[in-house]
Amino acid sequence: MTLRPYMPAVCLIVLLALYGCEREQRPVKAPPAASGLGDPSYAAAGKVPVSNRYEENAFAVSQGKTWFRAYNCNGCHAAGGGDIGPPLMDAKWRYGSDPGAIYATIAFGRPNGMPAFGQHVPEDQIWQLVAYVRSMSGQLSGSVSPNRSDTLQAAKPENRREKEKPVHEATPAAEH
Amino acid sequence: MNAVFLDPRPLQDALRPAGVQAAHIGSLWNLTLGLCAVVFVLVLGACLVALWRAPRAGAGTEPDLSSLSRPERRTWRVIGWSTGLAAAGLLALLAADVWTSRALARLPLRDAVNIELVGHMWWWEARYRDADPSREFSTANELHIPVGRPVVVTLRSNDVIHSLWIPNLQGKKDLIPGRTATLRLRADRAGSYRGQCAEFCGLEHAMMALLVEAEPNDRYEAWAERQRQPAAEPVDAVARRGREVFLGKSCVMCHTISGTTANARFGPDLTHLAGRRTIASGMFPNNRGHLAGWIADPQSLKPGVNMPANNLPPDELQALLAYLETLK
Repeated sequence: MTLRPYMPAVCLIVLLALYGCEREQRPVKAPPAASGLGDPSYAAAGKVPVSNRYEENAFAVSQGKTWFRAYNCNGCHAAGGGDIGPPLMDAKWRYGSDPGAIYATIAFGRPNGMPAFGQHVPEDQIWQLVAYVRSMSGQLSGSVSPNRSDTLQAAKPENRREKEKPVHEATPAAEH
Repeated sequence: MNAVFLDPRPLQDALRPAGVQAAHIGSLWNLTLGLCAVVFVLVLGACLVALWRAPRAGAGTEPDLSSLSRPERRTWRVIGWSTGLAAAGLLALLAADVWTSRALARLPLRDAVNIELVGHMWWWEARYRDADPSREFSTANELHIPVGRPVVVTLRSNDVIHSLWIPNLQGKKDLIPGRTATLRLRADRAGSYRGQCAEFCGLEHAMMALLVEAEPNDRYEAWAERQRQPAAEPVDAVARRGREVFLGKSCVMCHTISGTTANARFGPDLTHLAGRRTIASGMFPNNRGHLAGWIADPQSLKPGVNMPANNLPPDELQALLAYLETLK
């Protein structure tokens, strides 16, 4: 095999291009408030879909999973399968499945039992929780969603779940 | 940084055992060091003798090949003896090792103190067990143990593999998620000993220290009795305001202060925070300034820790600190 003269240059360019790729960061410091992660007041209206940049950061999603356990979301949502609270790993979303709507749900609460955590959980942690909650129904990329759990987990790891197609489901009238 | 790291006493030193277990390990170390030193000296001596006795000849001298034709019984004897001695030395070390392991496992456990120690990224949670559940209590990053009484430490992990190592008292033992291990130890000399996580567990692995205070039994019992009490009711208005801040902000999501509605178990139990010598797992002395910095911006002091920054107005922060200082 003969080495073509332009091959080293091609290799160099490919290496340089790879070097230019963004490496995932671990943001240990919370960004300052009103960081463009989304405006909760818009989110509260439930109308404007808000994007959440933590959805592209595996570390942040994994932190969201840590908060989900630490703040006892499991107490009602039972690892996403649902118990007193509704399941989070299926396609049904009473109050919308976009990040802004989920932020509003966590921060301001919802009727029939969801408490408001806005005074107790820092804003950036809520956004990490939002990212994790969306990963439960496979809404995030498999390269970002958690693949291991600190505790026993009966369901598939989040990064191997099928992507559910969210449908908006109105609150059942029978439930008060 | 004066409380722990500049303490004049030897806090973390496997060569100064303060308990019977560490003494066994120390003896094994001394034996191994001595035997290996003898072997090292013998090998070096043999090399020197061989160099000294090597025949010196000019470049033109014919090689003496006469030994090829006669049997070398002496050489074979020397090789045999050396191999036998080396095997005997290794077997002696193995026997000493097995004997030490047996001795470590045979600590009498009558009247033992039972402590469940849970490793977290990056701090230690200690629950003092009792047959009567109402007498159990929880603390963090600081163990108090009675001198002369055995202690059974049950080890669990909350997240990744950690390892407990208190060199003055015992050898290492891993904390593996989903498994339970036990470590038995006894302090025979009162003092402060430093423990350390000995298995890489993430960003702040090096800052995961554990302080062990070995004290006479009556002082230990008095300490334990204080720990069993709920937090004292704050008397002055500032401290009461601080308690409101604690219960109204994010503190209450992770921490417990018994006697209040704060009952979360994700962070260290703060019921008797002011009685502890350090904060942040042995990283800083427990005083008002370090505590204020820790509450306001823990990510600058210990990047990656799960404690979030708390952007409190100055009056709320001062009130909170005043309240935390009452938690003796």
